[in-house]
Amino acid sequence: MEQLLQINELSVDFQTPNGSLNAINKVSLQMGRGEVVCLVGESGSGKTITSLSIMRLIDYSKGKIVQGDITLDGNSLVGLSQKEISQLRGKKIAMIFQEPMTALDPVFTIGFQISEVILRHQKVSKLKAKEEAIQLLRRVGIPEPEMRYNQYPYELSGGMRQRAMIAIALACGPELLIADEPTTALDVTIQAQILNLLQELRKELGMSILLITHDLGIAAEMADRVVVMYAGQIVEQSKTLPLFEQPHHPYTQGLLRSIITLEQDRSARLYTIDGAIPSLTALPSGCRFHPRCPYATERCRAEEPALESIDDREVACWHASELQQNDHPLRLAAEQRERERTLELSGRRSDAVLDYDSLAEVEPLISVQGLKKHFPVKSGLLQLSKRHVRAVDGVSFDIYKGETFGLVGESGCGKSTLGRVLLQLDRATGGQVLFKGKDLLQQNVKERKNVRSEMQIVFQDPYGSINPRWTIEDIIGEPLWVHESLKGAAKREKVQEVMKLVGLNPSWYNRYPHEFSGGQRQRIGIARAIVLRPDFIVADEAVSALDVSVQSQVINLMQDLQEQLGLTYLFIAHGLTVVRHISSRIGVMYLGKLVEVAPTDELFAHPAHPYTKALLSAIPVADPTARREYAPIQGEMPSPASPPSGCRFHTRCPAATDRCRTEEPQLQSIGTGHRVACHYPL
Amino acid sequence: MVKYIINRLILAVPVILGSLTLVFLIIHWLPGDPARMLAGDDHAEDRIQYLQEQLGLNRPLWVQYFTYLWDSMRGDFGHSFANQQPVMDRLLSQLPSTAELAVVSTIFAIITGITLGILSAVYRNRLVDYVIRIVSLFGVSMPKFWLGILLILIFSVHLHLLPAIGNGSFKQVILPAFALGVTGAGILARMVRNSILEVIEDPFVTTLRAKGVTERKVLYLHVLRNALLPSLTIIGVIFVGMLEGAVVTETVFARQGIGKMVVDAIGQKDIPVIQASILICAVFNIVVNLLVDISYSFVDPRVRQQSA
Repeated sequence: MEQLLQINELSVDFQTPNGSLNAINKVSLQMGRGEVVCLVGESGSGKTITSLSIMRLIDYSKGKIVQGDITLDGNSLVGLSQKEISQLRGKKIAMIFQEPMTALDPVFTIGFQISEVILRHQKVSKLKAKEEAIQLLRRVGIPEPEMRYNQYPYELSGGMRQRAMIAIALACGPELLIADEPTTALDVTIQAQILNLLQELRKELGMSILLITHDLGIAAEMADRVVVMYAGQIVEQSKTLPLFEQPHHPYTQGLLRSIITLEQDRSARLYTIDGAIPSLTALPSGCRFHPRCPYATERCRAEEPALESIDDREVACWHASELQQNDHPLRLAAEQRERERTLELSGRRSDAVLDYDSLAEVEPLISVQGLKKHFPVKSGLLQLSKRHVRAVDGVSFDIYKGETFGLVGESGCGKSTLGRVLLQLDRATGGQVLFKGKDLLQQNVKERKNVRSEMQIVFQDPYGSINPRWTIEDIIGEPLWVHESLKGAAKREKVQEVMKLVGLNPSWYNRYPHEFSGGQRQRIGIARAIVLRPDFIVADEAVSALDVSVQSQVINLMQDLQEQLGLTYLFIAHGLTVVRHISSRIGVMYLGKLVEVAPTDELFAHPAHPYTKALLSAIPVADPTARREYAPIQGEMPSPASPPSGCRFHTRCPAATDRCRTEEPQLQSIGTGHRVACHYPL
Repeated sequence: MVKYIINRLILAVPVILGSLTLVFLIIHWLPGDPARMLAGDDHAEDRIQYLQEQLGLNRPLWVQYFTYLWDSMRGDFGHSFANQQPVMDRLLSQLPSTAELAVVSTIFAIITGITLGILSAVYRNRLVDYVIRIVSLFGVSMPKFWLGILLILIFSVHLHLLPAIGNGSFKQVILPAFALGVTGAGILARMVRNSILEVIEDPFVTTLRAKGVTERKVLYLHVLRNALLPSLTIIGVIFVGMLEGAVVTETVFARQGIGKMVVDAIGQKDIPVIQASILICAVFNIVVNLLVDISYSFVDPRVRQQSA
């Protein structure tokens, strides 16, 4: 294959007030014409910095290429001035970014922003540029491109914006497209559509794609070759199939084992890589992965391994080839340790098995009946509301003591609102929420305060949901002060007790949130939620913002706590594999309605609603031999302010009939504990 | 849009009513009887009583209040206590001079403030930036009366370049407009600098650079348009603030105008004049803020959507 991009021993430093900081170290990689290379690794591994260096955009964030070379088509990019490189950007190399919400200029139209790049690099008239822009919008699958041309970014959904970003990137027919986590911010159904679009465009235009992702499922689906980065270095690169079949580097092995699959045993604890990715200011000696590596030896601690060719790939590990032998002592020893650990932990988690036949006789911990939450859309004089956004529109289900009820659906389906309404953080518009038999909607202020100590919430964003100016003792202890008037030593004692419980060092009680990593902050959030020993916890996307390995640690912790403290969870998430692992029963939401409720294994084995089925098949599978050829579901969720008539899913349903368009299906039982709202259940 | 403006104007009614009421109450609570002040050294009770009757001050307070509200709504602000002139005439004669001062100094503040703000952001943490930041700090913190006196001393007394007092010619506006506009320029310069530096960190700027858009265009087309949005509100506030500033500035430079008129009126407890001036200020404030909000919707499509 003809070489397109070559990166040789690239090192980038950042200037900080405390001196320069090495962000990526001697990164070398090649890309052929038309090749798709995936750069994978956890946050902080240097993937984005590598990609920004290719574009020389790193100069704008105080970064500096201190060593090495980047050549495109044989021409070096490192020596170019910003003015010279800007003539290549958008023309020969284009880039799309993670956040379609913020990556477009909010005060210019989509059309302007596409035409802008055409006019910059091609000698065409404004009218011609407009024509081309509309063509591009049509090509990336934006309906009514003439109208969209004149719209502003805020008028488009996230998926549409990402399509518009792709249109901008494609405008001048680049040879290399860099896509930095292009689907991370999108729903799994939209993600499948966008990945599919990228595949099509590559075939059509023959460009190379450097795809940066933390999701190995995406890498398996898209990549010809995979490059694994860790702490600013490449640790392994190989063709996709061999990498997934036989990962050589222990970090790659760990990453692959951390993937939660749809097949794995739900009663087992999740595999985790110990510890977390090191900060650039405190890199370990020798091999940077050695503190987390199960095979680490003295040599790993002392000397840094170089990237070397072994078998059909490049690996930076002292023991890479030895570890390929099944009976090598290092491997046997690690396996023994692993066995001991598993033995020690096994049996700790029993899936809260419910006898679904006798559920009718058990009183649920929480019973939701016909719950509604409508947000008025205010307009006109005196803000008289005319329309409502029906975020939650008549939802009924029960949650039993000790179980985990998973709630899934695309963003905007109302799942978070439902969680907030259950906790009385938002007032319901109608319906009932019975907690231990008492209707929470009828309670007065004092009763509501009391019941709040029995139900708590863990939020998604471990950065935004804790007060940065409080010590963690104050953060975790605030509920104790509010509900039990505890202060001083008594409060600290209890705080340190829960800190131990969630795996935080109790002597850190007087530290501030910024001193903790994302995973640790989420532990702080969990500690705050359990400090009053509640019965019920809503976990609203509690692990979505975390890296794969850290995510597994937090899920294991949540399950341990559930066993120890007898907690009941409502686990709200869009990551289906995670929900499958943790939940005993799952509810699927679409546009404010519950469309299917079933025990987890039943739901995954026999999804009865077409929407559930589409969601399940939209999950990227970390198996390069099982690539999908098409996106499982087209279109996007309509606005909850004007939901479609009849079955709300009919606009996207492949099996919709006239009946679906007019008659709204009710949730009906189709088996033990399995209910579905569809006229024609699968 | 028209509907939006009508909505806003209707919402302005309670604001105006409120400020009318507040002014009325404050003035009548203040110590000092205007009739006694008018009577001067003549302390004869029957003279004072006569004046009170003449001015309508002997009526019950609520009668005075509603008469005042009713008259104000009809645009009749009554007659000045001091010289019996219709208040409307006085206002109209003083307004042009103050308007001239306010407009000139606002334009000065906008041009200087935005230019300095941009320069400061472009040369961030370099000498130019430091100098501009110190200068704008001076601008913000310098008392207007002191700056006014200083300007008169330098440019009129010593250099004989510009006239110190009076109004009529453009030359006479320069010094007071400068003294009045410096605060706004300082505020604006700091504001523009900060918002440029904030916007330039936004992810969409990286997208623009990745498209190959030239730095000049990135800065002057995209970043500036986004960064000036918050400044629009400040410009409104600065312009309204010029009216208050005029009170001091017109006094220092002995210029005619609303500011000076109010100062004199307060000294004489000339109730109709005070009330009318406050009303004008309130209306002015509302109109400027409305204009700011309307202009917002021209620059920011997101606002346009909401107000449509």
